[in-house]
Amino acid sequence: MTSYLTETTGIKSWLLTKDHKRIGLLFMIATALALMLGGVFALLIRFELVSPGPDFLDGLTYNQMFTHHGVVMVFLFMVPVIPTVFGNFFLPMMLGAPDVAFPRLNLASFYVYCAGAAIVLAALWFGGIDTGWTFYTPYSATSPTSVATAAFGVFVVGVSSILTGLNFIVTVHTLRAKNLRWLEMPLFVWAIYATAIIQVIATPVLGMSLLLVALDHAWGLGIFDPSMGGDPVLFQHLFWFYSHPAVYIMILPAMGVVSEVVCTFSHNRPSSYRAIAFSSLGIAFIGFLTWGHHMFVAGMSVVDVGVFGILSMMVAIFSAIKVFTWTITLKHGRIRFTTPMLYFFGFMFLFVFGGMTGVAVATSSLDVHWTDTYFVVAHFHFIMVGGTLTMYLAAIHYWFPKMFGRMYPERWGLIGAAGVILGFIFTFTPQFLLGNAGMPRRYWTYPPDYQWLNVASTAGATILALGLLVTLGYLIWALFKGPKAERNPWGSRGYEWLAPTPPPVHNFEAPLEITRGPYDYHLPET
Amino acid sequence: MTDHGHQGPAPRVAIQFQDLAKQEHAAHFGMWLFLGSELLLFAGLFGLYTAYRTRYATAFAEAVHHNALWIGTTNVVILIVSSFTVAWAVHSLRRDRRRTTLWSLAITMLLGLLFLVFKGIEYGIHFRDGVFPGHYYAYQEMPGHGAQLFFTLYYFMTGLHALHMIGGLAAIGWVAARVARGKTTAAYPIPLELGALYWHLVDSIWIFLWPMFYLTTG
Amino acid sequence: MNEFMRRLLMLPPQASTMARSIDYLHYFVIITTMIGAAGVAALTLYFIVRYREGAGRGTNPPPDLRPHHARGGVSLWFELSVFGGLLALFVTWWVIGFSQFVRIWEPPPDSMTIYVVGKQWMWSFAYPHGGGSVGVLYVPAGRPVKLLMTSRDVIHSFYVPDFRLKADVVPGRTTQLWFEANQPGRHRIFCAEMCGPGHSEMRAEVVALPDADYERTIQGLAPAQISGPVQGLAIPFEADPPEPLSLAAMGQRVAAEAGCFRCHTVDGTPHIGPTWAGLYEATIPLQDGTQVVADDAYLTRSMMDPAAELHRGFLAVMPSYQGLLTAPQIGAIVQYIHVLGDVSRYPGEAPLPAPVRGTVPLVNPLEGTAPGEPRAAGPRAARPNPTGATP
Repeated sequence: MTSYLTETTGIKSWLLTKDHKRIGLLFMIATALALMLGGVFALLIRFELVSPGPDFLDGLTYNQMFTHHGVVMVFLFMVPVIPTVFGNFFLPMMLGAPDVAFPRLNLASFYVYCAGAAIVLAALWFGGIDTGWTFYTPYSATSPTSVATAAFGVFVVGVSSILTGLNFIVTVHTLRAKNLRWLEMPLFVWAIYATAIIQVIATPVLGMSLLLVALDHAWGLGIFDPSMGGDPVLFQHLFWFYSHPAVYIMILPAMGVVSEVVCTFSHNRPSSYRAIAFSSLGIAFIGFLTWGHHMFVAGMSVVDVGVFGILSMMVAIFSAIKVFTWTITLKHGRIRFTTPMLYFFGFMFLFVFGGMTGVAVATSSLDVHWTDTYFVVAHFHFIMVGGTLTMYLAAIHYWFPKMFGRMYPERWGLIGAAGVILGFIFTFTPQFLLGNAGMPRRYWTYPPDYQWLNVASTAGATILALGLLVTLGYLIWALFKGPKAERNPWGSRGYEWLAPTPPPVHNFEAPLEITRGPYDYHLPET
Repeated sequence: MTDHGHQGPAPRVAIQFQDLAKQEHAAHFGMWLFLGSELLLFAGLFGLYTAYRTRYATAFAEAVHHNALWIGTTNVVILIVSSFTVAWAVHSLRRDRRRTTLWSLAITMLLGLLFLVFKGIEYGIHFRDGVFPGHYYAYQEMPGHGAQLFFTLYYFMTGLHALHMIGGLAAIGWVAARVARGKTTAAYPIPLELGALYWHLVDSIWIFLWPMFYLTTG
Repeated sequence: MNEFMRRLLMLPPQASTMARSIDYLHYFVIITTMIGAAGVAALTLYFIVRYREGAGRGTNPPPDLRPHHARGGVSLWFELSVFGGLLALFVTWWVIGFSQFVRIWEPPPDSMTIYVVGKQWMWSFAYPHGGGSVGVLYVPAGRPVKLLMTSRDVIHSFYVPDFRLKADVVPGRTTQLWFEANQPGRHRIFCAEMCGPGHSEMRAEVVALPDADYERTIQGLAPAQISGPVQGLAIPFEADPPEPLSLAAMGQRVAAEAGCFRCHTVDGTPHIGPTWAGLYEATIPLQDGTQVVADDAYLTRSMMDPAAELHRGFLAVMPSYQGLLTAPQIGAIVQYIHVLGDVSRYPGEAPLPAPVRGTVPLVNPLEGTAPGEPRAAGPRAARPNPTGATP
């Protein structure tokens, strides 16, 4: 029995594949490389910050390090990863479909991603960028670094994101199996669907803002230049109009993974399917109305501050609904504590804490002190690393058997997860305190009384890096030497587990007949 | 879906679609989503224009005067006629009238090229007066910031539109080649329908740019 | 208790009058956040342990066919209370935070104004009496101080952690911040918006002094650079006058050199722009139908972006002086307008006062005469203006 991995061989069959599963693996390799590169930049930052004065980087280079870290992590890893890897691989299977709606467009979006990434990397290598990943004008127009190239590269990566989102939306609308109704789809599909909507609507606005920055830097277009009568704060509005919904692009798929992991490993249906499905849409919708909370001290009117503040808090209500639902799902379950569940436990603490510090920074008077300090850095890392990265790792482990036909070593999985979660906590908790103490972000040198917190944070970062390296190590080992997996080692009721392990090229041996829901743990599996 | 009688060879249904109707629906839906994203690309620019217009109301209104109304209006007429011709092409192909289809597409492309020619003439007039975008702006008669921003926005938005126009020409050309080779037929006119949709979008965007840059003299 | 929490959370000293109430809200929010997150994690852990497989409840649970809200063992009322409570909590935080934010942003009416300029990579300050300092901001302890800030190049952000205050400093516009240092002391100023390689070294210090020492220190400062070429304007300028002038007199010189008197009169005579007589802190109507008090901030903004808040009844023809006038020059002009605040806006209503000490009599741009002097025959009879600047 051949699978999608073995049916055709040779490099061309992989590079020109139209199989959504192979495309998912191509993205997996590319995004993993991006994660490692972003991680290297992070370690360089943390090691430079061990002492208050200059160590081994000068000011301009340090500024390039945090900018590169941000650009690579946000645009080349966090935004694409779960949709392009696990969305690509499992969305069609969860709908009972043989592929996505537009397979050639899918391959194209991979190559557009690669082209954009290549342009970005060229910019980082030749000249670098030092504006911060936020490219604020007027500095981005005057910086001596390769702003135009990098901004254009991100624009191209954005095109890839739009094409992926478009593909997924059409897939969900038109490729559901015959009896599969909207309110019977797996919750991961709802998460990917809500994400895709944001991708299609928000990314073009980012594309346009970055195009304006690129042209300003290269040719003096100057739309935001005060010496031409332009308003630099308008750039911030345009930029954040995308970049705030972008953070929901980063977290919604991770929440989709949580739903799948929790239900499978507690052998229970979600305590409210509709709550999770509709709050995904709710987050996507309200997420578009909150961008001004990045600009409370940028010179907006007091009324704007009030409105954006309260709307920002409302998003947290939807997240709270999901957290509540997941917690109650555990009740009366039959729980197995595997590596994905350890990551889920980490998520529950880190995401909730990160999310509530989000409501804290939405409290306008407090944000005056916190904005542009390490408090905000800690807040968003709690969500992005504590939320998205943990569930990305959980997804790898959860779906590893289905994707590769092998099991990962469970004990090493738990060790790696513990290392990642503990390392993360030690890296970023000191940063909340640094922000309270007043240390601004993007600082190459700092007053000596901030040193011990910086040292603690760097120590944590080393543990985090070790945890990730250990994880990478045993996963690669498991790819080749892991014990062979059965079709459904977790006993999940998800539709993707009905396919053979690993799946054949068109996913199912015969067209899938949906006869039960994806969380019907009270029924036998088939 | 449209009733096109399914003349010609039976169209191939890709494996991921359950039937032809789903495939056609997906193609159209996907195209509409893509058009939506293109519209959003311009939406941010409309927002910028609105913000700056509010700030520099008088200067913007005066600067609109400098734009040649006759060129702008001619271009509107050209595009509206070209939308009609491309719609006629779709209509003809559905009735399996290949030659009419090809002629309509040829006229559409010609009109598109004419649009770009007029645009080029207009840019030339501006350059002669020293109206350049951004920091190169050198128009003595309207030296203020408001006019400078107006023309910078004008160049960027009409330039972006012109790029999309070129993309539209390429799309129509590609479809026309398919029709000529007999690959896109009455049995499966989807590529032409999608190309026509894109052309209509490019036309619609110009219909918004027209009042913004030619009509609103305050 | 406050001190214990402040140290635990590593917050800096509460050196402004607003800091303590902001910190109280901080404690409320952070403690609730920590309890919430710990509670969720603890409950999750509890359920994971309690409902783990093989916890002695038989091999297969019975089919779960109970109605939706009874299935998980929580009632709809419980859920509604949880989310209702959460919503109420968030709204409470928002209400308190927003009311504090409004107080942070609105300066008290009796604040003294200091001009702040951020540029790569330093902070300079100009004081109302004409002095200036670089890297140190002198303020009187116990009195409200209003900062009018702008940038010479890119966006910076003026941040004083001890005061819990921050505001972006933007080129092309003036932003504002106020505070009252509750006692004498020194406090760090950081730049908090990425502005280039020198960003983390763009630091300064607030020195809050007792009133008596403050006046003395301020008088001892070197004058902020006011006289000198008005950048970007092709107008010849006079050499520095032999004796020091008051700030208002300096303001008159800068205004003359910058061409302000082409459109603005100082004696109430109507002209292209609003007269400066009686303008200071008058309530004026704006083009959009609202009203504004013409205070320091408004006058400064009007020089930077005249069309934004245009006085009703006047055309939008004033050019922007953003980047052309330095902060001390702006301060001097504002001070001159301040001093003219006593001049009646309606000529003929009250006798014109003697010219401000140290200023030179101005020629009325319409008629070629200085106020108080007999009109020459015919409009614009050529009478040389003693400063040499052309009206």
